[in-house]
Amino acid sequence: MLKSPADRAAMATPVRVARRIKGLSDRAIAWIFVTPTIIILLSINIFPLIWTIWLSFTNFRVNRPNNEVDFIGLRNYERILTDPDTWLTMQSTAHFLFWTIFFQVLIGFALAYLINKKFKGNDMWTTIIVLPMMLSPAVVGNFWKFLYQPQIGFFNYVVSFFTGVEPTSFSMIGDVSLAPWSIVIVDTWMWTPFVMLICLAGLRSIPDSIYEAAECDRAGKWRQFWTITIPMVLPFLMLAILFRGIENFKMFDLVVQLTGGGPGSTTELTSINLKREAFEKWRTGYASAYAVILFVTVFGLASIYVKALNRVKAR
Amino acid sequence: MKSQLLMANTLLAATLYGSAAQADDLTLCWAAWDPANALVELSKGFEAQSGHKMNFEFVPWPNFADRMLNELNSGGKLCDLLIGDSQWIGGAAENGQYLKLNSFFEKEGISMDDFIPATVTGYSEWPKNTPNYYALPAFGDVVGWTYRKDWFERPELKKEFKAKYGRDLGVPASLAELKDIGEFFQGRDIDGKTVYGAAIYTERGSEGITMGVTNALYNYGFAYENPNKPYDIDGFVNSDGAIEGLEFYKDLYDCCTPPGSSDWYMGANIDAYKSGQVAMQMNFAFIWPGVEADPNVGGGKSGYFPNPAGPAGQFAQLGGQGISVVSSSKKRAAALDYIKWFATPKVQQDWWTAGGYSALSAVVEDPSFASSQPYAQTFLDSMAIVKDFWAEPSYASLLLPMQARVHNYVVAGQGTAKQALDGLVKDWDEVFEDEGKK
Repeated sequence: MLKSPADRAAMATPVRVARRIKGLSDRAIAWIFVTPTIIILLSINIFPLIWTIWLSFTNFRVNRPNNEVDFIGLRNYERILTDPDTWLTMQSTAHFLFWTIFFQVLIGFALAYLINKKFKGNDMWTTIIVLPMMLSPAVVGNFWKFLYQPQIGFFNYVVSFFTGVEPTSFSMIGDVSLAPWSIVIVDTWMWTPFVMLICLAGLRSIPDSIYEAAECDRAGKWRQFWTITIPMVLPFLMLAILFRGIENFKMFDLVVQLTGGGPGSTTELTSINLKREAFEKWRTGYASAYAVILFVTVFGLASIYVKALNRVKAR
Repeated sequence: MKSQLLMANTLLAATLYGSAAQADDLTLCWAAWDPANALVELSKGFEAQSGHKMNFEFVPWPNFADRMLNELNSGGKLCDLLIGDSQWIGGAAENGQYLKLNSFFEKEGISMDDFIPATVTGYSEWPKNTPNYYALPAFGDVVGWTYRKDWFERPELKKEFKAKYGRDLGVPASLAELKDIGEFFQGRDIDGKTVYGAAIYTERGSEGITMGVTNALYNYGFAYENPNKPYDIDGFVNSDGAIEGLEFYKDLYDCCTPPGSSDWYMGANIDAYKSGQVAMQMNFAFIWPGVEADPNVGGGKSGYFPNPAGPAGQFAQLGGQGISVVSSSKKRAAALDYIKWFATPKVQQDWWTAGGYSALSAVVEDPSFASSQPYAQTFLDSMAIVKDFWAEPSYASLLLPMQARVHNYVVAGQGTAKQALDGLVKDWDEVFEDEGKK
């Protein structure tokens, strides 16, 4: 007679082990399985978080291991929140976040809508469109730096071709008013395909029968778009916004390669600022406080957003 | 006979065992640039002589400080020997990351009096001007200028320049004259190509713009601190002269640099110069052998001059590095062997011949030195006028605000020179207060 897999597993368990676990409750066995995961989580997630919070109240510097560490209360937090430079980097980050998400959603959705239509070469175009997001951000930053070069850069020549402006008369990454847009353009170029793919998944999840029913009810294309397409793609769009929002809040590599935070501090995003405090100035306590502030900000905003997302999904 | 044979075998075995036991794999860390390649070739002599094997870890300049300071701070074992930047000496010495070399120098008869004094102060000593040595001067370097001699000698340009400025087109005697030359070449058509005045340091991410702007600041009256009261910086860093110097650097950036040169450092300046974009370039002396060897701009087409004087004197930003033994290395003895070998006059002479800038006085004071290369005299003149940035343990905390403040004013055009330097005083004061030095 064939035995079930559970019986075979029981038979394969050595007698000594079987005897030992025979007296264990289901709860104890569950704990045995869960404990390693809890230990790993505690050691690589929770402990560093608690340690960071503790360090944020001290003047600890990791490059001065022999120095005495003093508890300085909320001084690091006070210094960060009253430093005008912090608010400037926050502003730069907000500008970057808002406009990248705005353009990526707009263009990403439009592309997804087009790609969703059946036409010849559909697959080839999809592949071409998603190519930028397969590249390394550092590589993208470097080659866009060349594209933006006023003397040899393709970008300046394209702008010149359409506007008649002399290509050497403007510098995308050297001009205070243009530099914030230069990083928005590159990030949009790179990550719009990601938003497009998510929107495409949303569009393809809408059953044709809904559109057919709408057509039976004589609903026009415009009405179908606003009352069927948009509401049904909205949860996907919101998910894309969440992913891009979190990613761009911690944007580092692309911007460092492209502008280095300059000109001046015009494109110095919070993550670049934080890295400079932590690993160039080595003000570990100060940087820990900065990290805690950023964590609370992202966590708070993400929690509110996820609640809104769940509400939309429930509708 | 039998006993003699046994003894010979024992001796041979001992010798073989001994050499095998002492032969180490050493790793030398430095920046990835031309002199590093020359050092690889030079070090083959050490391998042949000592039996040790040399490995090299070269990091590109923009990431060099980040990578190596992380290595030192984490007590990493990657580097046995490190040719670290001059400004790291304070931190590395105080944090015990470099081995103190005094007793080793004494034992091996290596005297710091044999090296160019500015390089000993700049690369080896901590605290400065005290006989505590943590490095052997390895590579003398200084910011200077390269210019297109072939363009400067064109009769039509000479005539036009003379008519416009009332003097000959030649090596500038002052920073103001340098700016005139920059303006003269800016946007000019030479051989059918638009060229520009000068490539200067403007890089934001690491240390670029600071290494550039100090060449103007020093010469207009900037000082790091009150000479009579350490860490008293207000009125020195932001003196009227310093403000004028910063304004000069911005004027030079605005009037005379190629479009898009808002984030340029050593590599970008070399590229601009070698590709015939600029008439002059500011750069460290290490590039000069490469310029001479270049088919487009070498072989007599280029000339060299030290950083020109300003109203308050003539100074130039010190570059260069010393070679140190990393304290966490397990192969300290072999690493010290390398330093002993590197300090010998013969190796130092070979170092200069290979394209490295020796800091040994015997090499640079040799009567044949000045004429040995077209740039040798300029190197000597420049090394005589050097000043260096802070070498405090908190060097990075002092460098970063300077990068931000100066870039904000010079490149981004935000605020005034006075606001930039007043802000810098505030930032630096904060660092010194944190350090308990004020």
